[in-house]
Amino acid sequence: MLIEPTTVSLRNTFQRNAVELILSTRQRDPHSLVQVLREVQALHTWLSRETLAYVARELGLTLAHVEGVATFYRFLHTAPVGEYRILFSDNITDRMLGSADLMAQLCKVLGVERGQMRADGRVSVDFCSCTGLCDQGPALLVNHAQIVTGLDAARVEEMAKLIEAHVPATEWPSEWSRVNDNIGRADVLLAERSQPGAAISAALALGVAGFMREMRLSNLRGRGGAGFVTAKKWELCASAAGAAHYLVCNADEGEPGTFKDRLLLSHDPDMVFEGMTLGALAIGARHGLMYLRGEYRYLLDPLCAVLDRRRGQRLLGKSIQGHDGFDFDIDIHVGAGAYVCGEESSLIESLEGKRGTPRIRPPFPAEHGYLGQPTAVDNVETLCAATHVALRGGAWWAAIGTPKSTGTSLHSVSGDCDHPGVYEYPMGTSVDRILEDCGARDTQAVQVGGPSGKCLSAMEFGRRIGFEDVPSAGAFMVFDRSRDMFEVAHNYAGFFAEESCGFCTPCRVGTALVLKGMDKLASGRGSRRDVDLLSGIDTLMHDTTHCGLGGSACNALHDTIIKFRPAYERRLKSLHFEPAFDLDAELATSRRLTGRNDPAAHLEPAQ
Amino acid sequence: MSTPDPVAPTAPAFSLDGIDVPFTAGETILEASRRAGRYIPHLCWHPDFHPQGSCRVCTVKVKGRTGAACTLQAAPGAVVESNTDELNGQRKTLLQMLFVEGNHFCPSCEKSGNCLLQATAYEMGMQDVLFEEFYPRRPIDASHPDILLDFNRCILCELCVRASDVVDGKNIFAIAGHGIGTHLVVNSESGKLGDTDMALADRAASICPVGVILPKRRGFVIPIGERRYDPHSAADTATQEAS
Repeated sequence: MLIEPTTVSLRNTFQRNAVELILSTRQRDPHSLVQVLREVQALHTWLSRETLAYVARELGLTLAHVEGVATFYRFLHTAPVGEYRILFSDNITDRMLGSADLMAQLCKVLGVERGQMRADGRVSVDFCSCTGLCDQGPALLVNHAQIVTGLDAARVEEMAKLIEAHVPATEWPSEWSRVNDNIGRADVLLAERSQPGAAISAALALGVAGFMREMRLSNLRGRGGAGFVTAKKWELCASAAGAAHYLVCNADEGEPGTFKDRLLLSHDPDMVFEGMTLGALAIGARHGLMYLRGEYRYLLDPLCAVLDRRRGQRLLGKSIQGHDGFDFDIDIHVGAGAYVCGEESSLIESLEGKRGTPRIRPPFPAEHGYLGQPTAVDNVETLCAATHVALRGGAWWAAIGTPKSTGTSLHSVSGDCDHPGVYEYPMGTSVDRILEDCGARDTQAVQVGGPSGKCLSAMEFGRRIGFEDVPSAGAFMVFDRSRDMFEVAHNYAGFFAEESCGFCTPCRVGTALVLKGMDKLASGRGSRRDVDLLSGIDTLMHDTTHCGLGGSACNALHDTIIKFRPAYERRLKSLHFEPAFDLDAELATSRRLTGRNDPAAHLEPAQ
Repeated sequence: MSTPDPVAPTAPAFSLDGIDVPFTAGETILEASRRAGRYIPHLCWHPDFHPQGSCRVCTVKVKGRTGAACTLQAAPGAVVESNTDELNGQRKTLLQMLFVEGNHFCPSCEKSGNCLLQATAYEMGMQDVLFEEFYPRRPIDASHPDILLDFNRCILCELCVRASDVVDGKNIFAIAGHGIGTHLVVNSESGKLGDTDMALADRAASICPVGVILPKRRGFVIPIGERRYDPHSAADTATQEAS
């Protein structure tokens, strides 16, 4: 029997009231569109066209605009999905831990096809991009709000039973959702939990000018990847004219294999909020926004509780620590599944309730950001580092690490090692050292900085993490000699094809072509020409894409083709040319129609 | 070719492929070049609208760094490369990408000869599509009495989105989806053009550089051989864009 899938019914008074509450809480602000859609969908699994039209009308937007936004984000559904939405994290590290088999097992037990809703509307199962739990994978996301870590066959079996028994996900065994900190090495940031208010007191004692002097001395550079000097960004933003200034914390840690911000947000959220408050002091912001990635939705309630406590402690709100005129508060915006929103101008578009398409730059956010106002967007780790600069001084921070890469940095270590987790080292630490500490053996390659970073082969393990050698945005994925580096690059190609925002030609079409090319090689139908074509797309994307995501989307492909070429070549059927399709298989219909199956009816002898 | 507007002799200038192009403050490389009668291939840029920088066909090189000429601000003394084998080769590949992404069958397309994509492909010497076609399924929308929408040819330049918003004030078009699934949508409950107030006189109805937005019953009024890019080429600045 086919049951009509459930959705928000606006004819149902109860649900209509719930939607009304969401709209009025958000003051019918069209800039809150992404939040409204997330919250309305949470009432009932997916967003029907009727619901989109209603939201559009109430927010004063066109339906086409709302449709455009709703279909941009992976966690918003405009077609029916199951009451239980199960999304398996699809980072290569989850794959290495057996996620594909576990998903196949769950689909089989539940009798559902990947990517399809079961006919009774109970469940749908699919992959999603990395959930940031690579140190305790395989992991999955339930209903975009809850996680399950450490998956194994037994857990999957039990989960299927709970779904069949209609047990709400919130009542599943709590240990399934446990997230361990897994701190492998602690240095400045992770040594001890921060004292709420201590860094703010220190900065207020220095005064804004004094604190900024320390920030300049520290030469702290952003940890999100670009490495812009934080003091410089804050100065630019502070001096930019505007009706209001905004401090945004980029907690959209979407780079596969990265989970250090998850640790900071769960282990020491006070340090993050304290850093935001310091940034606000520096640029003169009264309003702060944290952009929390959709995959970390489970952290929202604990984070809000910390914000509330800090308000009570006069660390947020009016006259912070009794300091007249120092008013600052923080809102949390939850993402809806879009890697590109980690790029600061896309993130701002998303905060404004739009599709997360990167803006044309300049102007840069420091001058023209959120709502057109001067906005500083800083990474979670950068803001945490700023609290230590306030507490112990810029010179002290600058004495750690190297002259161009000061202080410490966090590495999310996962893959083939005994002790995956977060490791904090002074900048300039060698890859060798990290490999040794995490218990990696017989290592073939390390992907530093995630798929958009660098793939290092064994002869490069003496290289050092830092802006002058191997910059990193925090991922450190380890592959031993049993791994096939082609499969790693293939997985990353799938990731970028899924996450391209679709705005510019080279990235939109290029990422799809790269995936098709890698699929072709994987199926054993590739030729050397296909490998050359892939290299050509890589160069083109580097030179022509609109934003950095596209520009770096082929980095792993580029590195693996150069450093692990045999992994590609052994897949090539011939080194010259092979068609994308199997010519003999194409004749199957003719053979069936003519009733022939003799050798002459085949192009090649049957296997 | 149109006569370039007079610019004061003291105006700042940059060099485009070795020849000076004067500009006024705030102009982009593409705007100034166009005014000077110089050709930088482009699809999503139109002189009447804000640049959007998505097709990337106008990618040029300034001091070894690439960028879209439609969004790069002109700077005095800048040395801009555009008409080079390398950049034209990349443009050709971008065009090939657009050709395989949609369903472009020039011989049976009524826009043939009036199509900027086709004309630019000729200009860049494109003779094949290089990649395997995607052959996406994109049903046409014939619901409007006067206007046909054939999404098969959409290159996502968003000129109709901008024209309908900025000039017509109707906001009939928007972009939906993501990645290779990005597509043009119509603002009505049914999603059909017939349920909008779009009119043939709208700017959005004539802005499409390819064959998506077409007036009905006028398909072959202008015979092949007499169409925009038959006597001219995409490089003629006077006839580059659709309208």
